[in-house]
Amino acid sequence: MTFETSVELLKFHNVAYTVYAMLIISVIAWFAYNLTREKKAEPIVRIPFYLYIGFLVAMGVGHHIFTYNTIPWVSEDIMRHNITPDKTFQIKIANHKFDMPEKMEIKKGEKVLFDAHSSDLVYGFGLFRQDGSMISQMQVNPGSRNDLLWTFNECGEFDVRSTEYAGPAGNAMFVKKVVIVTGCDKKGV
Amino acid sequence: MSLMKGTNFDASTLTALQKVTLRAVVMSFLFYGLAAIEGTLMRVALVNPSIPPIHGAPEHFFSIMTVHPIIGIFGSTYQLVFAAFMFLIPYLTKKPLYSVGLANFVWLMITIGSALAWIAAFVWSYAPLYTLYWPLPADTAQFNVIGGIVFIIGIALIMIGTLGFIYNIYATIFAKVGVHANKTTKELLISGFGIDGMLNLVHKLTGKPPYSKEPALSLPVVAIFRGTIDTFLDALVILGAGILVLVYLLADASGVSWDVHAVDALLYKNFFWWGLDLVADGLVLIYVAGSWYLLATLITGQKLFMENVARAALLLELFVSWMVWSHHLLADQGQPEMMKLISGEMVTMFELLTQGLALFITLITLWKARPLKMTMELKYLLAGLLGFGLAVPAAIIQADMGMNRILHNTQWIIGAHVHVALLTGLYMTLYSVVYVLWPLLTNNTKLFSMKFANTHFYLHLIGSIGMGAFMGMAGLEGMLRRHFYMDGEYQTFMILAAIAAIMMVVAWMFFMINIIMSVGLKGLVGIFLPASDDTATFGIDPQPSVVVSQKK
Repeated sequence: MTFETSVELLKFHNVAYTVYAMLIISVIAWFAYNLTREKKAEPIVRIPFYLYIGFLVAMGVGHHIFTYNTIPWVSEDIMRHNITPDKTFQIKIANHKFDMPEKMEIKKGEKVLFDAHSSDLVYGFGLFRQDGSMISQMQVNPGSRNDLLWTFNECGEFDVRSTEYAGPAGNAMFVKKVVIVTGCDKKGV
Repeated sequence: MSLMKGTNFDASTLTALQKVTLRAVVMSFLFYGLAAIEGTLMRVALVNPSIPPIHGAPEHFFSIMTVHPIIGIFGSTYQLVFAAFMFLIPYLTKKPLYSVGLANFVWLMITIGSALAWIAAFVWSYAPLYTLYWPLPADTAQFNVIGGIVFIIGIALIMIGTLGFIYNIYATIFAKVGVHANKTTKELLISGFGIDGMLNLVHKLTGKPPYSKEPALSLPVVAIFRGTIDTFLDALVILGAGILVLVYLLADASGVSWDVHAVDALLYKNFFWWGLDLVADGLVLIYVAGSWYLLATLITGQKLFMENVARAALLLELFVSWMVWSHHLLADQGQPEMMKLISGEMVTMFELLTQGLALFITLITLWKARPLKMTMELKYLLAGLLGFGLAVPAAIIQADMGMNRILHNTQWIIGAHVHVALLTGLYMTLYSVVYVLWPLLTNNTKLFSMKFANTHFYLHLIGSIGMGAFMGMAGLEGMLRRHFYMDGEYQTFMILAAIAAIMMVVAWMFFMINIIMSVGLKGLVGIFLPASDDTATFGIDPQPSVVVSQKK
C-alpha cells in the first residue's frame, strides 16, 4: 500500500479519523448513559490495563511506521541530502514577493528540488492544485536551508502560495499556475 | 429574584479568599466573551470578508487574529485556572493562601496586560500573531512602533502576573503551617514531583512495603505543583522573547536601526516554541489531568483508581513536556532530522500515552462508583474527556513527518486539534470545576436556571466540536490557518463553521445571563468591593493569609 499523492492520503486520513471520532463519541455517550443507570451494565469487552497501555504505545509508534512505509515523501525527505535531483529551482523571497522562474516545467516522476531563500521574514512555500488542495509545503526561514525535494506523481498546473504569515502584506503572495507537470497519459496516470 | 438582587447571593458574607477568586472568574468570563466574539468575527469574515469591523482589510483581520489567542488563553483561561488553583490549594492542603494581596495583583496584572495587548491591535493594528516569528514583531516597516511597545508591555504584565501566581502557589504549598507544620521541604518536594508515587510502584513490584502510605500532597495538588513548573518556564521564555522585541522596537523608536538578522530566525523559533509548547503540552495537559482526578474524586466521593500510577505519570509528563517542541518545526527544513524524529515524533507520541492514561484513570474512577447522578459537573467533565479524546489523536496524527508535509499550517491543526482541545476539552473541564466550586465560592447561592445551564452545555458542546470539525475538513482540502481568503474559497465549510461559532457565542450569553441573574448586579459589584472578612482558608477554622498572620 502506497499513497502516490496527497489527495489519496488525505482521503484515507479523512475516513480513518471520522471513524475514530464517531467511535470515541459513541463510547463516551454509552459510558455516560450507563453511568447513571440503576441496573449495572457489564462492559461489552473487558480491556486489561496493560493491554490498553500496549495499545496506545502500538498506535503511537505504529502510526509513524505506517506513514514511513506508505508515504513516499517521508524517506525521500530524510535522505534528500544523498539524492541528486533531476531539476533544481531557485526561489528567492523578499518584500512579500516570490522571485522564481515564470514557468517551472517538470516531467511526471522527476525529482525536483525547490531551493528557497528569504532575505527578510519567515515565509512559507506551498504547492496547490487548482481546487485549492495542498500538494506539499515547507517553511522558509531567513538565514536557513529551505530545500524541498518532491517527486510529482500527478500532472497538471499548480499554484504557489506562501503558507506562513509574514504580515498582512503576505496575504497576496499567490502565483497562479507556475508549476506545470506533464507526462501523464490520457487517464492522467 | 431579580436582575439587581439575584437569587440568594450576598457578597458581604464572602471571605477575602472567595472574593479574590470570584473577581478573577468574572474577568475570565468577560475575556472569554470577547475572544468568542473575535473568533466569530473571523469565521464570518471568511464567508463575507466585508463584514464590519474587518471591511475586507487583511490588517484588521490579522489584528484580530493576533489578539484572539492572547485574550482567550491569557485573559480568560489563565485567569480562570489561576483563580481556581489559588482557591483549591488552600482548600486541598487545609492551609491558608500565602497572600490574598498577591492574588489580587495577579488578576489585575493579567487584566491590564490583556487589555493593553488588545488596545495595541485595535488602535495601531499591531499584528505579528501570537507566534511572534522573528523578525516579524520587530518589522517597523509594517507595524507601528508604539503599537508594538504597548503590545509587548501588555504581554510582559501578563507574565509578571503569572510569576505572582507561581510564587503564591509555591509559598502556600511550602508554608510550614497546619497539616504541613512538621513536614520537611524535601518531603514536600518528593511528593510534589510525584517521586513518591513512582517509588510506591517500585516497592510494590519488588515486594517491599509502600514508600509513603500517606503522601504529603494530594494528587490534584501534585498536578498543580508539576504544571506550575512549566508555567514558570513558559513565562520566562515569553518574557525573554518580549524583551528582545522591546529592545529592537525601542532602538528603532530612538532612530537606531539594528540588524534584525543578528538573531537567527530558526534558533529563535526553537527557543520560542520550546517555551510556548510548555503551555499546550505541559501545563494544559498536566493541569487538566489534575482537574480530572480532582473532579472524579469529588463527584464520586471515592479514592482515585490507580493513584500511584497517576502520580508517576505526572512525573513522566514532566520530561515529555520539555522535549516535544520540534513537532512544531517538522516543516522547517533547516531543523536537524534527528530532532524531528526524536522530539517531533517519538517523544511527542508519549502524550498519547500520558493523556490516554489520565482519561482511563478518570473513566474507571467514575465507573466504579456507578450509578451516579448526571449532575452539571459530571456532564461537563464527560464532555471535557471527550474533547481531549478527539483532540489529542488529531495532533499526534499531524506530529508525523509524512502527514505534517500536507497538514502544516492548515485549518486542520487549529480546528480539529487546537479549538477542540481548548473549547471542548479544556473549557468543558473548567466549566465542571466552576459548577463544583460554585456553592463553595458563593455560599450556596441558588442557580437562576437549570434550563439555561443545560442550553449552554449543549450549544457549547455541539458548537465547539462542530466548528473544529468543519475547520478540520477545510484544512484537509488545503485551507490555510493564517490566511484571509476573500474570494469565496471553502465556502460550505466556512458557513458551517461560522454557524457553529455563533452557537458558542449564544451559549456564552446563556451562561452569563444565568450567572448574573443568580448573583445579581448588586452582588456582582459587591464582589469587587473590599472584603470585611480577611479569611484565606476554606473548610477549616478561619485563618487570614500567611502574610497577614506574619504581620500580626
